[in-house]
Amino acid sequence: MVELGHFALVLAFALTLVQSIIPIIGSQRNDARLMAVASPVAVAVFALIAMAFIALTWAYVVSDFSVRNVYENSHSMKPMLYKITGTWGNHEGSMLLWVLILTLFSALVAVFGRNLPATLKTNVLAVQGWVGAAFLLFILATSNPFARLVPAPFEGQDLNPILQDIGLAIHPPMLYLGYVGFSVSFSFAVAALIEGRIDAAWARWVRPWTLGAWIFLTGGIAMGSYWAYYELGWGGFWFWDPVENASFMPWLAGTALLHSALVMEKRSALKIWTVLLAIITFSLSLLGTFLVRSGVLTSVHAFATDPTRGVFILIILSLFVGGSFALFAFRAPSLTAGGVFQPISREGSLVLNNLFLTTATATVLIGTLYPLLIEAVSGDKISVGAPFFNLTFGPLMIPLLALVPFGPLLAWKRGDLYAAAQRLSWALGGAILATLVVMIFVDRTMLFAALGIGLAVWLFLGALTDIALRSGFGNTSFANMRRRFFGLPRSAHGGALAHLGLGVALLGIVATTAFQSEHIVALKPGESADIAGRTLRFERLTPFQGPNYTEDQARFTLISGNREVGSVMSAKRLYTARQMPTTEAGIMTRGFSQLYVALGDPTPDGGIVVRIWWKPMVTMIWLGPLLMMIGGILSISDRRLRIGAPARRKVPTTLQPAE
Amino acid sequence: MTRKQKRLSVILGALAFLGMATGLTFYALGQRTSFFYMPEDLQTAAVPAGQRIRLGGLVEAGTVLRGQGTDVAFSVTDGTDSVKVVYAGILPDLFREEQGVVTEGAFREDGTFVADSVLAKHDENYMPKEVAEGLKAKGVWQEEQ
Repeated sequence: MVELGHFALVLAFALTLVQSIIPIIGSQRNDARLMAVASPVAVAVFALIAMAFIALTWAYVVSDFSVRNVYENSHSMKPMLYKITGTWGNHEGSMLLWVLILTLFSALVAVFGRNLPATLKTNVLAVQGWVGAAFLLFILATSNPFARLVPAPFEGQDLNPILQDIGLAIHPPMLYLGYVGFSVSFSFAVAALIEGRIDAAWARWVRPWTLGAWIFLTGGIAMGSYWAYYELGWGGFWFWDPVENASFMPWLAGTALLHSALVMEKRSALKIWTVLLAIITFSLSLLGTFLVRSGVLTSVHAFATDPTRGVFILIILSLFVGGSFALFAFRAPSLTAGGVFQPISREGSLVLNNLFLTTATATVLIGTLYPLLIEAVSGDKISVGAPFFNLTFGPLMIPLLALVPFGPLLAWKRGDLYAAAQRLSWALGGAILATLVVMIFVDRTMLFAALGIGLAVWLFLGALTDIALRSGFGNTSFANMRRRFFGLPRSAHGGALAHLGLGVALLGIVATTAFQSEHIVALKPGESADIAGRTLRFERLTPFQGPNYTEDQARFTLISGNREVGSVMSAKRLYTARQMPTTEAGIMTRGFSQLYVALGDPTPDGGIVVRIWWKPMVTMIWLGPLLMMIGGILSISDRRLRIGAPARRKVPTTLQPAE
Repeated sequence: MTRKQKRLSVILGALAFLGMATGLTFYALGQRTSFFYMPEDLQTAAVPAGQRIRLGGLVEAGTVLRGQGTDVAFSVTDGTDSVKVVYAGILPDLFREEQGVVTEGAFREDGTFVADSVLAKHDENYMPKEVAEGLKAKGVWQEEQ
């Protein structure tokens, strides 16, 4: 089985070489037979990689410790779920997953891209082939998951315990679906540059792929943030860790791409910029892969530290980034510019969005790479942390967020800012009211927090205003409005929902950061601590034996207003195979807020140090991205965006009332 | 305004915006980054009290003292010199004697390092990267099995 997987991997590499070369010769010579090679080969490569992946998973399921990768990352006592997810919880397996997803996307383009012009589709698949071949070579040369160990050990070394978690089972695949999903946008961009031709239809094909990748990346980042929040026991949701930044940069650039592709599709403007952005986004995904996989940066995630791997990925990175930028510089002038527009218009607002998002991406990039640069130049080791990003990223985001509600209310080509502002007066009133309420009733000293909450409410109400206006609010009867509401294109709902989700996430971030209360205290059984107007009583400490760990479980009861409202359990866990301790935080959700309890060390007098947080509105931080994802899904399901869906005129079955 | 003037003003606006962002970034890089030191480096580098730095090394054996509640004191060593660190809070799971640690904070006037965060971020050998490199450079690094 393992040899079969290895063989499939090698065969897949050979086939990606075919996929990289033959079709592009075909499209250059206009030879339909050579071009027709691309699709079946892309599907076959996917099938082979899937086979290799299943073979590796099988080795994990049966705990075949003769495979080095399984020996290093698994243990026969590990629960079955984590045996399976352990397949991609390590460097080799995760790279295999990366390629699996890449080839999945190629296969999807091959199968669903029937309506694409033949040359475009062929070139796209060939570019996908280049990326696939490079990474398969990387796997085979430096990180072969199928390498054997002789003699085979009896027992494995177990998976790093903090990775034995359901969040980590789903987080990497989602993140990779996002990262690698942008490869399709990249391939479309490079294919367009090769052909030297680009039009609005191109944007219509690219947008759903970008949107799909963006949805997964949003989910992956949110999931990773929630995992760090509950698993690492620090109670934080974002650390500006290099690895987090590595996933955040493609997200920012991808969000910009999503918006500029909109302009290109509707108004066929910003063509060159959109192509450039597609290249940048995938380059940042590759950079992210490099940063995470090479171990050049210190991070909680840095697991692989083999320098040959880093060099290899760096070569891949420079080849693709350098190559595509060179192609861009060479070909971009031949792409024709599209429609013109006034600065104040929907296009103008989307350009502004792009300006802010790409600048923000650049600041995150600088902050992430600066320590590397300084170390290379002067040898000094520095760390760039939250203070840097708060000072640079923050000021860029605040005006962007404040401008978001205006965008959808401006007309294409030439917009009326005054009219848009007038329509948003209700939202502005709500935002000011929210700010005042926070100032007066919550905390008078926290002006910035109050303004932050006002900004979140502004985003939230702005999105609602957009949908209300489109449904004809105030101009028509309720029944008519309802019909219009459901008759709106799904992408309109999707866009508004995503903006609304942004507001929700911002509300969670501001409320948690500004108003959380933290209490570190040493408690003995029976003692209590006060937190945010509530009382937490420490009941008892009991030992517990898990499948591959032992732990001390501490039980607490939360008392609010003399009433017991619930209990929460927090634990100090020791994974026996690696002798590695972890903190299992106890979390209780009350409304949108959470109580977070983490255990520290025992004190000499028989107590235990307990860290208690009350985190108001904290769940909104992850509900927001969930709303954005739903918005994205709604938008992608819009008929207009489905590839190949013929434009179907809806025949009215009833007479429409005149409006 | 003519079309040309309009376009010029848009471009100038964008440039001013980018200039501001760049200025802010460099200001933040100058102000908001912290340097990494090992105890021996502090003999030569004059670090004024109150300046935020990161201090890394091994937790010296037998120096971990737990005080009232969550107070804890320990020494960070690189084999040559050691620095006394005080910290109030929960130590990370992987904090142990003779293991690598990175603390962040500032020196008090009396030369004690007051940490507000203690990280035992680690790779698979339970060793922070900077600490491992620092120890290797000093020749006191021992390969673990």
